[in-house]
Amino acid sequence: MYRGGAGQWAWLLHRLSGLGVLLFLLIHILDTGLVLFGPEVYDRVVKLYTHPVFRVGEVGLAAAVLYHALNGIRITLLDFYPELSPRQRQIFYGVVSLFALAFLPMAYLMLKPLF
Amino acid sequence: MEPSSAGGRPRPTGGLELYAWLFMRVSGALLLLLALGHLALMHLINNVEAINFAFVAERWANPLWRLYDWFLLALALVHGFNGVRVMVDDYVRSPGLRVLSLVGVYGLTLFFLVAGSFVILTFQPMAGG
Repeated sequence: MYRGGAGQWAWLLHRLSGLGVLLFLLIHILDTGLVLFGPEVYDRVVKLYTHPVFRVGEVGLAAAVLYHALNGIRITLLDFYPELSPRQRQIFYGVVSLFALAFLPMAYLMLKPLF
Repeated sequence: MEPSSAGGRPRPTGGLELYAWLFMRVSGALLLLLALGHLALMHLINNVEAINFAFVAERWANPLWRLYDWFLLALALVHGFNGVRVMVDDYVRSPGLRVLSLVGVYGLTLFFLVAGSFVILTFQPMAGG
């Protein structure tokens, strides 16, 4: 199934990042549901998210959302404007560049409170 | 299904699959604003240390935030589980397992959509605790 090339990696990463974000979404629906049990229960559980392990996980979540969003734009552009397909390699490198540009400051801001 | 040479999976020719294909692109565009906005608001402008019961109560005092969160919930859930449905279609070969997987996908979508909507719509800070 994998013939190599940028498109194949973009596609595999799209599926993996999508699955990761969905898994977090399900956990997040359950943790938010604890607000119905009052402040003691909710605050005790969401305090777990301030643990350094979860702070690093949070950066991973941001990376997955950001990649999925940018690659989703690439997919949608190429689906609706097939005339762009000769330039798909440049568009993929655009996705990678925008990802790096947005991710590095985001990761810095999220991890800064840890130090 | 193999990816097409450039974009996403090939556009289905009609029926429910075409609507699912279009839904992924339209909901994706909306989630671009809703999910990235939520991420910026909760993790960059605020951060996980600021989020507690009082934070949620103050935010959900405004029905527009409940509306925002509900759209984010519903679109992200259906977008995510439709992605899983396509993956089941791609990878699960045995007919029995396919049916079981699809029942799981639809069941989980319904459960989380109902549970999440219930929380967003019925939460009352005074009644909590």
